[in-house]
This record gives sequence, structure tokens and C-alpha cells, in this order.
Amino acid sequence: MASIEAREKRQPWILLSPALLTIVTLLLVPLLFIVVYSFWLRTASGADQIGFHLDNWQEALSDPFYRDILLSTLRIAGITTLLCAVLGYPTAYFVARSRTRHKTLLLLLLVLPFWVSYIIRTLSWINILGVSGALNAVLLGLGIVQEPLQMLYNEASVILGLVHFLLPFIVLNVYVSLIGIDRHLESAARSLGCNQRQAFLEITLPLSMPGLAAGSLLCFVLAAGTYITPLVLGGPRDAMFANLVFDAIITQLDWPLGSALSLMLLAVLAVVVAVYNRFIGMGQLARGLS
Amino acid sequence: MTDSAVELSNIVKRFDSFTAVQRFSMSLESGSFVTLLGPSGCGKTTTLRMVAGLLDPSEGDIRIRGRRVNEVPIHQRNLGLVFQNYALFPHRNVFDNVAFGLKYRKVSKADIRQRVNNALELVQLPDLGRRMPSELSGGQQQRVALARAIVIEPDVLLLDEPLSALDANLREDMRIELKRIQTQLGITTLFVTHDQSEALAMSDKIVVMRDGVVEQIGAPREVYDKPVSEFVAGFLGAANIVDARVHELDGDNVLLQVDDLGMIPVPRARCPACAPGTAVRLVLRSEHLIVQRADEEHSHDGLYLSARIATVDYQGQAIRYFLHCGKHTLQALNMLDGPAFNEGDSVSLKVRHRDAVVLETPR
Repeated sequence: MASIEAREKRQPWILLSPALLTIVTLLLVPLLFIVVYSFWLRTASGADQIGFHLDNWQEALSDPFYRDILLSTLRIAGITTLLCAVLGYPTAYFVARSRTRHKTLLLLLLVLPFWVSYIIRTLSWINILGVSGALNAVLLGLGIVQEPLQMLYNEASVILGLVHFLLPFIVLNVYVSLIGIDRHLESAARSLGCNQRQAFLEITLPLSMPGLAAGSLLCFVLAAGTYITPLVLGGPRDAMFANLVFDAIITQLDWPLGSALSLMLLAVLAVVVAVYNRFIGMGQLARGLS
Repeated sequence: MTDSAVELSNIVKRFDSFTAVQRFSMSLESGSFVTLLGPSGCGKTTTLRMVAGLLDPSEGDIRIRGRRVNEVPIHQRNLGLVFQNYALFPHRNVFDNVAFGLKYRKVSKADIRQRVNNALELVQLPDLGRRMPSELSGGQQQRVALARAIVIEPDVLLLDEPLSALDANLREDMRIELKRIQTQLGITTLFVTHDQSEALAMSDKIVVMRDGVVEQIGAPREVYDKPVSEFVAGFLGAANIVDARVHELDGDNVLLQVDDLGMIPVPRARCPACAPGTAVRLVLRSEHLIVQRADEEHSHDGLYLSARIATVDYQGQAIRYFLHCGKHTLQALNMLDGPAFNEGDSVSLKVRHRDAVVLETPR
């Protein structure tokens, strides 16, 4: 019979096992498949040649086409994150400082978009910005323009779609860090000689930085990994890196190349996360998500 | 007039339909320690927040050093503010926390260093400047908060229940410490608390508040010994309050008839307007009731009643008895020397009636 001590040592592992099982079977094993795939080779006949070939990696890493799209993906993700931060912070501040009674309603409004499919939300922009969309109808009706404006299928509309999709993530993260700040801190700073703006810059902004950083990280990673928004709202030249993976795997059925490309994106984003972890710590992310 | 550091006249504060503070007037003399005392919701913190500039009074004037400050924003009032939860800036170390106010007062770097170190020395925390607030104990955090408030040499120091978050022993130490620093600096202080012993120990003047109204203003002894209302008598110390009727005036004494307790004489000065037949309330402080063995000799400075011990509340150096005496339940707080009585004991209760307080307008 096992001693009590031995049982107690085993207990955490027993309790953790469902979670570990899920992570291993649904995350690690598939990831391992992808790694293995990336070393296979697609032959002209369409069959995959099993083995250890570096051809896919060579192509993915040396072709400037992939490099350029990776860079523009990071740029679009960066601009999106910046816009989300600039738009999201004041929104979060407003919600955090509103009366308790209104807070619930405002938070509900923030979460509401998640009830509608992301694809539907993205498609909705076609009805707004399209040639026969709402905005053009208004502009034509008011006689401001004679011909409908072409507002869709460019980088700006992709970024717009991404901001629309990702804004709540930043707002919620910043909101959580803002309501965690003791209101007395600002009063104390004010009593010591700060005006309202200085108190915000000295106290509230630095103390809410972790939330802003966590939201920004989520925002950046999600933006860099998206393929639906550029597919729906982008033109032929606005493909992002995940579109290449999509094309390789779904269109060309080239799983080995697609695997290599997706691992490349994964590696780049892992570096971003590692940098974040070094300076801010993953703990904040967990706090923001809870 | 020139000597008053803070002057509140006819302050009213309304929140929607609720009136938190009702026609409040008082003045803080320069260098004095004034306490707003009352239960939660009595308007004491609201009053402090109005002086601080965190709330606007609905009516009335606030003057600091003769200057009307109603429209002056908080950061231009030159106040030191200490909160119950310390409100130290968690992302700044102790030195930067204390130096914070000086940065906004155009003090040179060298002077800042000098003054911060002096302040930290005053609160007996030298050498802790590099620590972060989270690395300090509650008592140390409280001292840093105090140092941060006094280093700017404020016109008034505002303390919002600063000791309530500390545990009992530390609270009493900090109370003495705080008073020492206040006296040493001669800084005008407005202190808010619901703790009567803090108020009695520290204050030059106590303002007892209830439901937004001032019940009594006076020195600690005055408020304690001569409460003007049942509320004040009950809030400061433990008091027994019984109904009585003036029986007759007997020279320097007034004879009060108390149901079931008999005739109790009190000095005439305690009840100047008493006339035979008037209904009054009689306040007997629990420490003015002394429990004795039933067969112990009676002395002439008290009135003796026979009673039975109902409950014993042992407190270490003192003991509190709840006694059945006729239809009344009275409490007596006695210093403990010798054996204590037990529940059910029949005892003799000595009433030091000369210290009794008569409330002529019972409420």
C-alpha cells in the first residue's frame, strides 16, 4: 500500500492528467505531424515522398517572395496593433471610469461582437465599403462623388477589418488592468501637486501598461496569423503569410511546403512572444484573459 | 481668526437626494490635532474629502489659512493626505514615493535628497529608500505614506482612518508615533476615525458626528466627561443610560428617582436646569460602577446597590461585568486586582454618582 506521502505526490499529476492529455493530443502531437510533414517532399505525381528532405525549407527560407510577404504581414500586424492600442485605450479608460450601473452594459457591448461569427463580421464591411455599399450610396446620394469609390480590396480595408476584429481584445485587457488600479493612487498624486493630466501620466498610464502590452501581444499574434480578413477584404496583392499556407495546403494540396511555411510563421511569432515574456512576463496575459 | 488654519462654515454636502453633511461648521487652530469621530456613514470622511478637494461642497465655504478654496483644485491646496490603504505608488521605490510631491514644487535635486532623507528619518525608516512598497510591512508602508505627506510641508495634514488597517498592537504604537511627529512638526492635522480610543488619545479637539450632523465639539475630556447627548455618551466609552425623574433639589445635590435603582443624588452643577418632576436620562459610565463583595464595607463616596453578575467578559488587565440590578442590565468595567467574580454571584454595586451625567433633553 502506498504511503500517504507518495499518494500526495501523485495526486497533482492525476488531477492534471485531463489537461495534459488534451494539450498533448490536440496541440503537441499535431504540431509534431506538421514538423514531420515539412521534411517530406511533394512529387510531380501529387504523392508525398516520405523521408528527410530539406527542399521545402530551402524554398521557404530563400525565396524573396515568402520573405516579402512575411515582412508585410508583420507590418500589417504592427499597424493594426498600434491602431487598436490607440483606439482601445481611451475606450477601456472610459468604461473603467464609468459608473458601475453603466459598466455592465458597456462591457456587454464590448463582448457582443463575439456572438457573431468573425467571418460574418468581416463580410459586413463589403456591404458598407463596397461599390454598391452603404457609404458609396450616401456619397452618391449627396452628390459628393459622381462615380462610386473603390474602397475595398486594398491594404487599408484589410487593416480596417483586422482592427474591427481585434479591438475588443485590447479593450478588455486594458480595462482589467485599469480597474485593478487603486483610485486612491490618483488622489494621492493629485494631493502632492499633480494636475489631472500629470497624475494620469505618472500613475495610471504606467500601472496599466502591462494590460496594454498583453492586449497588444494578443492583437499582434492574432493579426499576423489571420487569413480570412485578407481573403475577404484584401486584393490579390494583399495576401498575408497565412494565405500562403492556405494556398499551399488547400489549393495546391502541397502539405509539406505548407507545413514548412506555417512553422516559419510560428517561429517568428514565438520570437515576439519570447521578447514579450522577457520584458513583461506571461503572467499578465493570464490575468488579462481571465 | 488669523490663527485658524482651516475654517469650515455651514458646509452642506448632498448626493442626489441624500444629505451626507448638514450645516457643518468648525475651525482648526494652527498646529492643532482635530479628530472627526463617528460611526461609518456619519459624514466624517465626506467632510475630509471636501477639505482635500476631492469633493465639492454643495453649500458653504472652506478656508485654508484664510483663503477660500472652494474652487481651488486639490493639487493647488498644499495638503498632505494619508489614506487608510496607504496608497503608495507601487511602481516607485520608497525614495521616489516620498520625493513625488517635491518634484512638483521646483525643489532642487540636492534639496529633494536632503528633505526625503529627513522625512524618512522622522518616521524612523532611514535606509529603506531603495525598497519597493510591496517589500514593506503594513506599518512601514504607513510610515512611508506619512513621510510622503509631510515632506511637502503642507498647510494641513489630512488623515483618513490611517491606523485602521494595522493590527491592534501596531496600531497603538503608530498612534503614539503619529502624535509625536505631529507635535514635533506642529502641523495642523485633521484626523478621521471611528475608533474612540484613538480620538481620545491623540486629539486636541474631537468633533463627534452622527448622520451628517455635529453632535458635540470639545476637548477629549470634555466630550468624554460631559457628553451632551445619549449618542455621544454611548459612542465614547461604555455607558449605562437609564431613565430618571428629578425628585427634589437638595442643596448642592439633585435627587434623581430611577426605577428599580432608587434615589441617586448628583451634583447640582451637573444639571443646572433641573426642576422637580423633569424627566431626564442618567448616564453612568461603566468604570464608575464598581463591583464589590456583598459584605464589603461601604464608603461614603458612593451609593450601593445589590446586584447579580450575569456575564463576565475577561480582558486581561481589566474585567467587564454585566449585572442584573432590578430590571436593569448594567455594565461595569473594573481594573482587576484580586479574585474576579463569577457568573451568578450576588454582589454589591458601588455607584460613583458624583461622576454621573444628566441629559436634560432626553432623545
